[in-house]
Amino acid sequence: MRNPPTLLSLAIDSAVINFCRISDLSFVPEHILLELFVGKVFLRFFIKVVQSDCIRDVTATGTIEVEIVNPERMSQVIIKDDEVDIVIGALQSDLTSFMEAWRPMFSRFHLIIVKDPDLKEELKIPGGFNLNLYTKSDMDKVVGLSSTKDSKGELTDAVAQHITNLTTPATPFFFNTLYDPFSEGTDFVRGYPFSLRSGVECGLSCGLWLNLADYDAPTQALKPSARNSRYVDAVLTVPARAMLPLSGINIAFNNELIGPALLPAFRLAKEGKFRWETVEDIWTGMCAKVVCDHLRLGVKSGLPYVWRQERGSAVESLKKEWEGVQLMEEVVPFFQSVRLSEAAVTAEDCVAEIAASVTEQLGRANPMFARAAEIMVEWIKLWKQVRSQ
Amino acid sequence: MAGERAAPLLNDELDIVIPTIRNLDFLEMWRPFFEPYHLIIVQDGDPSKTIKVPEGFDYELYNRNDINRILGPKASCISFKDSACRCFGYMVSKKKYIFTIDDDCFVAKNPSGEDINALEQHIKNLLSPSTPHFFNTLYDPYRDGADFVRGYPFSLREGVPTAVSHGLWLNIPDYDAPTQLVKPRERNTRYVDAVLTIPKGTIFPMCGMNLAFNRDLIGPAMYFGLMGDGQPIGRYDDMWAGWCTKVICDHLNLGVKTGLPYIWHSKASNPFVNLKKEYKGIYWQEEIIPFFQSATLPKECTTVQQCYIELAKLVKAKLSSVDPYFTKLADAMVTWIEAWDELNPSGDKLPNGAAK
Repeated sequence: MRNPPTLLSLAIDSAVINFCRISDLSFVPEHILLELFVGKVFLRFFIKVVQSDCIRDVTATGTIEVEIVNPERMSQVIIKDDEVDIVIGALQSDLTSFMEAWRPMFSRFHLIIVKDPDLKEELKIPGGFNLNLYTKSDMDKVVGLSSTKDSKGELTDAVAQHITNLTTPATPFFFNTLYDPFSEGTDFVRGYPFSLRSGVECGLSCGLWLNLADYDAPTQALKPSARNSRYVDAVLTVPARAMLPLSGINIAFNNELIGPALLPAFRLAKEGKFRWETVEDIWTGMCAKVVCDHLRLGVKSGLPYVWRQERGSAVESLKKEWEGVQLMEEVVPFFQSVRLSEAAVTAEDCVAEIAASVTEQLGRANPMFARAAEIMVEWIKLWKQVRSQ
Repeated sequence: MAGERAAPLLNDELDIVIPTIRNLDFLEMWRPFFEPYHLIIVQDGDPSKTIKVPEGFDYELYNRNDINRILGPKASCISFKDSACRCFGYMVSKKKYIFTIDDDCFVAKNPSGEDINALEQHIKNLLSPSTPHFFNTLYDPYRDGADFVRGYPFSLREGVPTAVSHGLWLNIPDYDAPTQLVKPRERNTRYVDAVLTIPKGTIFPMCGMNLAFNRDLIGPAMYFGLMGDGQPIGRYDDMWAGWCTKVICDHLNLGVKTGLPYIWHSKASNPFVNLKKEYKGIYWQEEIIPFFQSATLPKECTTVQQCYIELAKLVKAKLSSVDPYFTKLADAMVTWIEAWDELNPSGDKLPNGAAK
């Protein structure tokens, strides 16, 4: 049986999480302040706060004087702009209107633009961005997205929301009915175990889409006028061991932690250029979720939304994509039951073990899976090679 | 949402169970939505007090004397001086569906300013399937304007029957005492327009303030435990029922939904009183949660009652070392099932009980 926490430590743990929202500490009894600043908080929080220029002066000789200089700053997580890459796949040559629409959000960051190898024309990209352009690549991200408006009608900054998702803890081991407890104005509900309230690191943030949702070809063909107009103002952690369909349209991830798991591997025989004609991201997503579950990392889903424009014909795609739909039925039970060994402690290790299991359990029945496993192994080799340079 | 179809009324298939100790004035605000339904009022506290029910409602009312009379010695499993006594109402109902609500919960407004018919949303949730085997990123695919996303296995798109619909609360959020003490002024103002199925294998903290369930599918699992007078904890009644219910739903392939509808929770309980009630629970929880997360039921258990008796055995075997309270609780769980079966012999469907 674990040593039960004292009531004081429970209250202080709760206070520490919410500390940055309290601008006036004068009401707090001195002995509690001392415990906060000299005890629990000091190592974890206080140094960070002082370094971020939020507190002017603190002395701990009998009295403590604290002046919160910049309360706004205190609630921001300190993420440097040069720690973020935005990756864009270019399937059309003229990116001008797209880049201009996103300029307010993108201009701070480094961009990686990957040009479709089949695209013959030169890419047209407006100036003023810090970017690298790659013309040889396997990554296929959909262009044709623009930012959307939130429930207050303000233009949402999808990048900022993804960063928030990735830099606040996830809670995969117990479901919080008020969704993300680290959002403004909310918390863990009654009954949420205290030992689980610090959460785990978030590895993957899956955003959603308004207007044209990411439906498969049969669904979109059946309901050609269906549009997603519901803005759900929530982020939640997808519980451990629950599988989900990952859509590559609008995601962000912690490359250091799970980069190797965001792998290219599963290509259909009649793989196409439209999202309806591929299930590669679905395969990747299940691998990534298994990896995150094993490494005790979180996967969040929900905000931010992007506004997705029309492209292609669902009926035409239906003729191509039926194969992927069938194959997915076979892989779900596999991913739900695959377990990795304790020796797998990095994402690379995990992917290697998943690939071996795929070969053994799925590869015999269908050469497509055997091929996917081979690609996964190649990918890990390549990953290690590139990263070691 | 505009254009959404209305749900059937189900007024002769659904009972509304309300525990109360003070009065039922809150029913006036709910009248347009609740009047077609039969109410089961469980009066806690002093039985000599008369609870006034507003005119025009069809109801039956039970106080402690009634509970003792009806259950005899088995009445020991029903809590006294705690809203956990509401589960007596579930036992005594003859309907297929139950909706339960606290007497400090009022009609909320959606972002367009319209009154939310919470009961109608619960009915929609219960009448459409759940999807516990695979997470749909666009939430409930059976809602108007939503569907399964690309990659969702077709073989899982029929879903499973929904046993529980867990609603949420605007204004006073359902926080525990330590959180209330640190954030006394926090209010839930975020309207999250979603219903979602809690995945299989994941447990959650169920709140009894705004809850509906299919009594035929899961009723016997909704025992709210031993709380209140003479018991070492309080405010864990609904959570205990929720953990048992989720384990059994996962075993029997039933679904639990959470999200809409919202109600407006008006009364913030005293955090110091709450702390006293929850105190032991906060520590015991650290043992209880791993217990439920690892509880497995044998496949021979095919009814809710069988599953529940099995769970009671596991509670006695594994949690008694935490505190003798759990031995008492395990016994009460068995008593509850015995009482349930006595009051609900199989194949026996009677109309409403007599109003008082």
